[in-house]
Order: sequence, then structure tokens, then C-alpha cells
Amino acid sequence: MKQHSFEELHQSTWRQIEDSLEKPAQGDNSRILAQNYLLLCQHLAIAKERLYDAALVERLNNLVLALYRELYRYRAETRLNFYAFFKRDFPLAIYRHRYFVLLSFLVFVLPGLIAGAWTFFDEAAVYSILDAPQVRQVERMYDPEARKLGREREADTDIYMFGFYIKNNISVAFRCFAGGMVLGIGTLLVLFFNGMFIGSIAGHLTRLDYVDTFYPFVVGHGSFELTAIVFSGAAGLRLGYALINPGQFTRLDSLRQAGRDVVPLLYGIFLMLVIAAFLEAFWSSSTLLSIEVKYAVGALLWVLVLLYSFSGRRYGSR
Amino acid sequence: MLDTRYRVEIPGGINLDAQVVGPIPRFFAFAIDLCIRGVIIFVLSLMSIPFGTFGVGGGFFLILLFAIEWLYPVLFEVFWRGQTPGKKALGISVINDDLTPVSLGTSLVRNLLRTVDFLPLFYLAGLVTMLSNRHFQRLGDLAAGTLVISVRESARAAPVPDIEPLAPSTPLLRTEQTSIIDFLQRSPQLSGPRQQELADILEGVTHQKGDDGVRQLHRIGAWFLGLR
Repeated sequence: MKQHSFEELHQSTWRQIEDSLEKPAQGDNSRILAQNYLLLCQHLAIAKERLYDAALVERLNNLVLALYRELYRYRAETRLNFYAFFKRDFPLAIYRHRYFVLLSFLVFVLPGLIAGAWTFFDEAAVYSILDAPQVRQVERMYDPEARKLGREREADTDIYMFGFYIKNNISVAFRCFAGGMVLGIGTLLVLFFNGMFIGSIAGHLTRLDYVDTFYPFVVGHGSFELTAIVFSGAAGLRLGYALINPGQFTRLDSLRQAGRDVVPLLYGIFLMLVIAAFLEAFWSSSTLLSIEVKYAVGALLWVLVLLYSFSGRRYGSR
Repeated sequence: MLDTRYRVEIPGGINLDAQVVGPIPRFFAFAIDLCIRGVIIFVLSLMSIPFGTFGVGGGFFLILLFAIEWLYPVLFEVFWRGQTPGKKALGISVINDDLTPVSLGTSLVRNLLRTVDFLPLFYLAGLVTMLSNRHFQRLGDLAAGTLVISVRESARAAPVPDIEPLAPSTPLLRTEQTSIIDFLQRSPQLSGPRQQELADILEGVTHQKGDDGVRQLHRIGAWFLGLR
């Protein structure tokens, strides 16, 4: 068949499909979509085999591409499964990245402990790590005389602080993950310095005997926040390790695999930090609740978060 | 060889081609998105002032700022056929490297890694990476396994003018026939002298030179197309 006859024969079908792609029909049109897709695949194959001209092949190619993309379009209703995510995907991802989680934990916590001990025993040490205005700000935030705890002086509502924590903490976690792309070095730096800052602040405030304001404040949301930072470090380290030691894959394939594998961690980190921001803004900052209640709830949250984090072990054989 | 064609065999049993796009259109798309984001942030900051800069208004403003910084590209790419408004304006689209649409996970990875592509400043790392691999992928694209392709409508072939078809005097191979058809269909985009120059190469087929040769070749092309 000559090209001209072929085009004449199918012209109206192609037009129809092109129109339907511009204005997709309401409801479930997957059956029609699939039929059109198979038909057009065949037409494209014929056009190529018979060496019809480039314009026609390109037109059919673009039509198949558009149908293909429509057919495999992201459908939230079939892809997002919250139950499976919480029950299996997230804990499993944590379990499969357990060595990265461990490394991330150590790089975060060890500098924290050392800096904490140093600032606790040495009055001047905190100024080697933080500058003077930062130290004053932290002291003011946890001053036992403060009306609201852990808050900038200007902030006058919990909602402001909620927004503040969302923006800052999640950005830090995302950057911590992204730093993994630089052979993991960026991630290590973010973990190390954040650990050191947090540790030095804790040590300094303990030395000042602000114990009853600082620890009840951080114990509640710390469970979600610190754990999420460790997970974001693990996700970043996974990327870095994929580049350093690709094993039997090419570096590119290894990186892509890592990129796919850490996705559940990213979702989880995001959700955990939203919860942490909520707790930090509305629960931790409250001065009405007694210290005992805060410690009790904080301990409970820590137990729950840790139990959940280790719950992926049951899928251990994978 | 610099070839922007990206070919994948899809389950339909055929090879599907896509055109990957380079840094320039992507830069313009990014610039448009940046302007849109800037305007949104400006409007939101004005709107939040009456509700207290450090109060409820400020809180919502910070949350939206976060969303615009990190989630704007992700949500558009996933729920708007791989296109942010800037990409739509430029006719480009993000797609998985198997030519399926991006999903939430892949889009999230490629956009979070923007931070690294930005390093040390103004997307230098991204640009260098883009220019050093075949498919113009920046670091985020490499990790997520995504591409940016052109989804511009292909120019429809101009309708072939009424020419009387003519059977060639010599039998020709299919590939040769295709070249002559392509010549016919592209001739509106070629200057007269260039057409003559090309047609003169085939003097052995048309037995004519200059303008007559071009006309002869068009008629043969029409014959191969199947016009009667």
C-alpha cells in the first residue's frame, strides 16, 4: 500500500484520537485508550517497516507517545496506599537501610555527646561552637521565667512557630538527603554539625541548670524530629554509597537504584517532621502542662517511634 | 555525534522515539517558574500581613513558602502531565527514562536533588552534568531516572500540491524512494537554488537540470507517495 492510501484510510481515526487526547473523556476511558494505543502501535510499526516518510512516522510516533503517557498516567487513587505504607513500606525501607541508619545515627549523636560534655564542663566552650548572639537567643528561649518555651521573642502564636518549624526542619532534612549526592560528604557534614549544635546547646543549658525548661520541651517532639533527621541522613548516605561502591552495577544504574529505594524514606521523613513540627509548636511549648506529663508523654512517644522504626525486622528475609 | 533522539522499546512491541531537550529551554522554563513563584510569594506576603507577621498569617505564610520552595515542581510534574507552568510554556515535559509519566517518588527525588544541582551557585553542577551525558540529565535526573523531553506538536506535513505523478524511468530502492518523498515534502522549507542543487545530484534519474529537474523530482515523489 502506498503511503497516500494508508493516510487516507486512517486519517479520520488519527484525528479522532488526537482530539480525544486534547479533551479527555470523563470517567474510566482506559479500555478505549488501550485499544487506541495498540492500534496506533501497529500503524507506527507499519509506517516504519514500509519506510513511509519522516513526517508521518513522527506524527504517529508522537501520537503513540501521548497515548502511552496517558495510559500510564500517575493515578493517586491506585498508587497511594497509606495503610501499606505505614504497615510495611516505610519500616521495610528503614530495615533495608539499617547500616546507613546506624552510620547516620553515629555521625549525628557522637559529635553531639562530645560537644555536650565539653560545653557542660567548660563554661567558655559553647562560644567556640556558637556565636554570642546565638547563645543569648538560646538562653532566652529556655529561660525559666519565659511565658512560652522554646520560642523567638517576636513570635506571638503557636501557628507561627508551626510554620517556622515546618519550613526550617523539613528543609534541613531535605538538604541533608541531597548532600548525599556529593559522595555522601554533604550529608555527613549536615549530620555532624547539627549533632554538634544540638549537643552543645543541651550541654550549655544543663550547665546553666535550665533543665526543667529545656528537657521537657525537647523530649516530646524530639522523638520524631531527631529520628527523622537520622533517617534523612541514612537516605543521603545511601546515595553517596551507591556512587562510591556501585558493586556489580554501573555507577549510573547503582545511583538510580538508590534513588528508587530511598523514596519511602523520603515520604516517611516528611510525615515525621510534620508531626514533630505540630508537637513542637502546640505541645512542647505549652507552660500549662506539668513537667511530669511532658516527660511521661515524651517517653511514650520515644518508645512508640523506636518500636515502629524497628518493626521492619519482621520482613528480615528480604 | 550530537543526537537528541532518545529511543525506548515499549511494551507495544515497537521502538518509541522522544526528543530530549538541552539546557537552554530548561533555563527559560525555570526562569518562568521562578517569576511565578516570586509573584505568588509576594502576593501571599501582602495577604499575610493583616493576620500578623509573627502570628497566624506569618505561620501560614511560612508553610506556603515551604510548599512553594520544595513541592511546587513536584505537584505540577506529577499531576499536570510532567509540566510546571514554565515547562508548559516551553513545550517540554519531565518523563521517566522508560517514557512513562513521572510518579510522585521519582519527581520528589529529582526535585529534592535540585539543591545539589544548584551548587556551587546558579546550577553550575547541574549544567556541567547536563552537558556531560548523552541525554542532558542533571544530577537529580540521573538519580531519579528521569528525562526532559520536547512535547511540542510536530509540524504537520504541508498538504502536497496538485502535481501530476510520474513513474520514474529507473527502478529505485525503498530507501531511495523515501528520500525523494522527503524531498517533495520538505521543499516548501528549502530555497529554490538549494532545491535545484539537490535535484541536480539525481540528474541520472530525471535526465533534466535546474528547475525542470526539481519539477520532475516532485512528480516522481508524488508517484511514490501513491498519488494518482
